[in-house]
Amino acid sequence: MSQELVDAMAGMKEKEALGLAKDMLDGGQDPLKILDLCREAVEIVGKRFEEGKYFLPELMTAGEMLKQISDMAKPLIQTEQKVERSGKVLIDTVEGDIHDIGKDIVVFLLDVNGFEVHDLGVDVPVSTFVEKTREFQPQVVGLSGLLTLAFDSMKKTVEGLSQAGLRDKVKDMIGGGKVIDDEVRNYVGEDAYGRDAAAAINLCKQWIGG
Amino acid sequence: MKEDATELYRQREKRVNDAIALRTPDRVPIEVLFGFFPAEYSGMTAEEVMYDPEKMMQAYMKTLLEFQPDMMQNPYGSRFLGPILEALDFKQLKWPGHGLPSNLPYQFVEGEYMKADEYDHFLLDPSDFMMRRYWPRIFGSLKGFEKLAPIHSIISYGTGTPFGFAPFALPEVIEALDIIKKAGRESIRIATYSRAFTEKAKDAGFPMQYGSVAKVPFDTLGDFFRGTKGIMLDMYRRPEKLIKACEKMLPFMFESAVNAAKVSGNPRVFIPIHKGVDGFMSPSQFKKFYWPTLRELLVALINEGLNPCPLWEGDCTSRLEVIKDIPVGKACYAFEATDMMKAKEILGDTVCIRGNVPISLIVTGTPESVRACKKLIDTVGKDGGYILDSSTGLDSAKPENVKTMIEFTKEYGIY
Repeated sequence: MSQELVDAMAGMKEKEALGLAKDMLDGGQDPLKILDLCREAVEIVGKRFEEGKYFLPELMTAGEMLKQISDMAKPLIQTEQKVERSGKVLIDTVEGDIHDIGKDIVVFLLDVNGFEVHDLGVDVPVSTFVEKTREFQPQVVGLSGLLTLAFDSMKKTVEGLSQAGLRDKVKDMIGGGKVIDDEVRNYVGEDAYGRDAAAAINLCKQWIGG
Repeated sequence: MKEDATELYRQREKRVNDAIALRTPDRVPIEVLFGFFPAEYSGMTAEEVMYDPEKMMQAYMKTLLEFQPDMMQNPYGSRFLGPILEALDFKQLKWPGHGLPSNLPYQFVEGEYMKADEYDHFLLDPSDFMMRRYWPRIFGSLKGFEKLAPIHSIISYGTGTPFGFAPFALPEVIEALDIIKKAGRESIRIATYSRAFTEKAKDAGFPMQYGSVAKVPFDTLGDFFRGTKGIMLDMYRRPEKLIKACEKMLPFMFESAVNAAKVSGNPRVFIPIHKGVDGFMSPSQFKKFYWPTLRELLVALINEGLNPCPLWEGDCTSRLEVIKDIPVGKACYAFEATDMMKAKEILGDTVCIRGNVPISLIVTGTPESVRACKKLIDTVGKDGGYILDSSTGLDSAKPENVKTMIEFTKEYGIY
C-alpha cells in the first residue's frame, strides 16, 4: 500500500490518496511512516514541477493532499520527528509589494527540497528583514516582488544588509514574475536572479548543497 | 479640432490600423501603457490622481503632449477609482490612501470570494449569486444584500411580490441602497471625465488605444471569484463545473466589451491575460481550460467588427502555435516576456505583434541602453504588423528613457 499512496499522491489522485492514508492509519500503521511517504510523493511532484511536467494546479493539489493527510496523522504521533535540514533560507516579498503567489511556490519547493525556510510574508520593511537575517542566520536570502517599485525596495534591502555587516554572510537571490531580470539584478546588487521557482531551488542547491 | 490635429489624428489611427491589418504603415507605431507614470512625472502622488479627477486630467494630458506616443489610454476607468471604491468599501484592492502609502500603485488582494461549494448557485443564476453573495464580500458597504431574497423569486402578484420585498425595509439593506446611489453618482463622474479626456486628447490629435476592456472567462473566475489557489485546485477537483462556469461567463464578457465599444466608437478591446501564461498551467491544461472560451471571445469580438488586443503577460512562448488559431489581420497580441522572434515567426502572418522593450531597462537603464529596441524594429517590425511598446506598464520609469524609446521609434522606425 505504501507505493500505492506515493503513486496516488504524485499522480494527483486526491480521493484515492486520502482513502489509502486513512486505511493505513486505521490499520495501525506508523503515522511517521505515512508522513515519510507523503514527503516522498511531494518530492516527486516538486521534481516534476522543476522539469516542467507539472505546474501550479499540481503543486497546489499536492500541498492540499499533504495538509489533509498531515492533519489525520499528526494527532496519532507519539514522538516528535526531527527532519534533517540542509540549510537555511530567509524569504520575503519586499516593502511596498503584496504579491505572494510566486514567493509561496518558492517556499513550498524549498521546503520539499529539504531546506529550512523562514517566510516573512509580504510588504516587509527593510529593517525587519535585516533584523531577521541577523537572528535566523540563513545562508541564502530571497527577495520577491512583482512590481517595478520592488526594484528599489530590493536595492534598499541589500544596502541594509551591507550596512549591518551581513551582506557577505549570505547569498542573495531575487525573483518575481517576468519583471525581474539580469538588468534588475545588476541594479539591485544581488548575487543572482531566478526566472522561475525552479531556478530559485537550483540556486540554493548550488550555494548550500543538498 | 484644428486642422493639423485632425490630420495627425487620422494618420495615427491609420498607422495603428495598418499594423493591426498586417499592412506596412508609414512607420512602426509606438504605444505605451503609462500606468501611474504621469503622476510621478507631474510631481503628483498616485493617491492624488486616484482621488482628484482634475489633477489626473492635468497629469495625463501633460504626459501625452510631452511624450507624444501614437495613441493614449484613457486613465479614468482604471485609475480614478479612489472615491467610488472608498464609498463601496472595496475589498479586492489596496490602494494609495487606502491601505498603501500615497506613492504606490494599487495592488490586488487575492481571496476566495466564491467558495468551492457555491459553483451550483453561480451556475444556476450568476447575477443572483453575485448580488447576494459576491457583492457583499467584495463591497463591504453592500453587506446588507446578503439579506435579500433570491432575485429570481420575485415574479408576479402572487409569486414573490407580497413578501419578497420585505428585506428591502431592513436597516442594513437601506444603508446599502444609499451607498449604491452614491456609487451611481461616482460612476457618472468617472464617465463624464472619461469622455472629456477622450475629447481633449482628440482635439490634440491623439486617438485612444482602446475603447473597451474584456476579461478572459477563466481569469474572471480565477482572479475575482475563486482566487488563484481555488481555481488551480478546481482543475483537479471539479473540472466540469469550472469549464461550465467559464462558458457561463463568456457571454457576459462579450456583452460588456461590445456595449463599451459601441459607446466609445473605438474598435480596439484590451484583454489582459493572467493565468494562462507558461508556468501557470501545462499546454494541455491551457487547451482544455483556458483557450476554448478565450478563443470564442476573440472570434466573437472579431465577428462584431472589433479588434481584440490581448496583453499576454509573463512568458507565453509555449502557447504561440495554439493562439495562432484566429481570423487573420484582426487582432493585436502584446507580449511581456514571450520570445519575440518566435512570436513573429509563428504569428507574423496572423496577428499584429506588440511589445516588449524590457521594463527593467526603462526603469534602471540609460537612454543609450534603451536604443537596443532597434533590434525589435529590425526583426519583429520587418514589413509591418508590429507596434513598439515596453514589456509592461511604465510605473517607476525614467522619463528620459521613455522619451528615448518613443523618439527613437519615430526616427528609426520609418518603413
